[in-house]
Amino acid sequence: MPLPRLIPCLDVANGRVVKGVSFVGLRDVGDPVELAAYYSAGGADELVFLDIAATPEESETITSVVADVADVLEIPFTVGGGVRSVRDASRIIESGADRVSLNSAALADPTLITDIADRYGSQAVVVAIDAGDGVVHTHGGRVATSTPTLAWAVEATERGAGEILLTSIRQDGKRTGFDLELTAAVRALVRIPVIASGGAGSARHIADALRITDAALIASIVHENPSGLPGLRREIEGLGVQLRPTKERA
Amino acid sequence: MSDVVIVDYGAGNTRSVRAAITHVGKSSEVSADPWTIANAPYVVLPGVGSARSAMAHLDETGASTALRERFTANAPTLGICLGLQLALESSEEDGGVACLGLVPGNVVRLEAERVPRLGWAVVEPWGEAYYFAHSFVAQSPATIATSDGLSVAVQSGSFLGVQFHPEKSGDAGLEFLGQCLSLV
Repeated sequence: MPLPRLIPCLDVANGRVVKGVSFVGLRDVGDPVELAAYYSAGGADELVFLDIAATPEESETITSVVADVADVLEIPFTVGGGVRSVRDASRIIESGADRVSLNSAALADPTLITDIADRYGSQAVVVAIDAGDGVVHTHGGRVATSTPTLAWAVEATERGAGEILLTSIRQDGKRTGFDLELTAAVRALVRIPVIASGGAGSARHIADALRITDAALIASIVHENPSGLPGLRREIEGLGVQLRPTKERA
Repeated sequence: MSDVVIVDYGAGNTRSVRAAITHVGKSSEVSADPWTIANAPYVVLPGVGSARSAMAHLDETGASTALRERFTANAPTLGICLGLQLALESSEEDGGVACLGLVPGNVVRLEAERVPRLGWAVVEPWGEAYYFAHSFVAQSPATIATSDGLSVAVQSGSFLGVQFHPEKSGDAGLEFLGQCLSLV
């Protein structure tokens, strides 16, 4: 098995990084290119960019930011938010992203998962699931659907998803730990990697998640102290979870 | 001509490979032209798309012949991910595809606990962790390095193939790429 991954998530709106707390109340924390390079140097295993303005406002995703990030970043990154067609996915992948993350659009038209996987491979398709009260939510977690979370995770896998990004709406922004029960339940049903998301408040929370799943998405814990990422990695390793060996750069 | 020619076969992302090559101080261009590919000081066959469409594209542009000419002339080529897989004799992907046949062996569907195999893993005997994202894997007597018991690097004559993505593997990847490109 590959080593567990620590993945900072940058919420982007209008080309700037913003921080989401329970999906509302945004605060500008900077330039995506600069922050991406900084996290890469600090030992991030991968990055996720979510264009949070795209779905509610139906705006186009941020191709030029993707290209600028690809020119400086030597770790993989995923781009999500507003990917609604194979064309959207092509534009993002051909600008330098490794993967696209599908959310509402995949629920509305699950064949989109297969179409993108056929063209770029399953490893290029992440299906993001915002889960709460047993069902999938859309529109940044604000709208509940009637689709059961577990059934959707299985269907997404069957249609060609290469990874599931599973956000617990209940835990998101609370910093009281990941929803381990939900994460374990989804992971037990699928044979693709699962990224746990929502709730990271301490090294222990992250270590607990990485013991049961493949990767952990982190946001405010690292955005509030970007220089603390190497220390956070050491703390997680101190709790017995082996991460990839990194050399710290001055 | 640039130090490195990256083979264009239609789909996907050559931007990150170019950025990494620039980072290690070499010039690069993306080309599908057979003469350019055959005569480049160094060629990178990158890893994007599926085996069938990639081979169809390489055959159509004449790049496959150019890659075989380079191989015969002992000129260096680095295959990355799918680029490694295309150098073998055949692949199970897409119901079976005949590949370039530069390296003995075949490509089979990955049997692992989780597929795709995504993330950083240590490569032995090199002792460094690199980034992987694959659902197929080589089975080859030309294997020179492994990860989790899988063949992740093959060498045959002047062709070197790696299953991981050096352009996405941080400092370790840049160091690897720099060593490969020190030939030019």
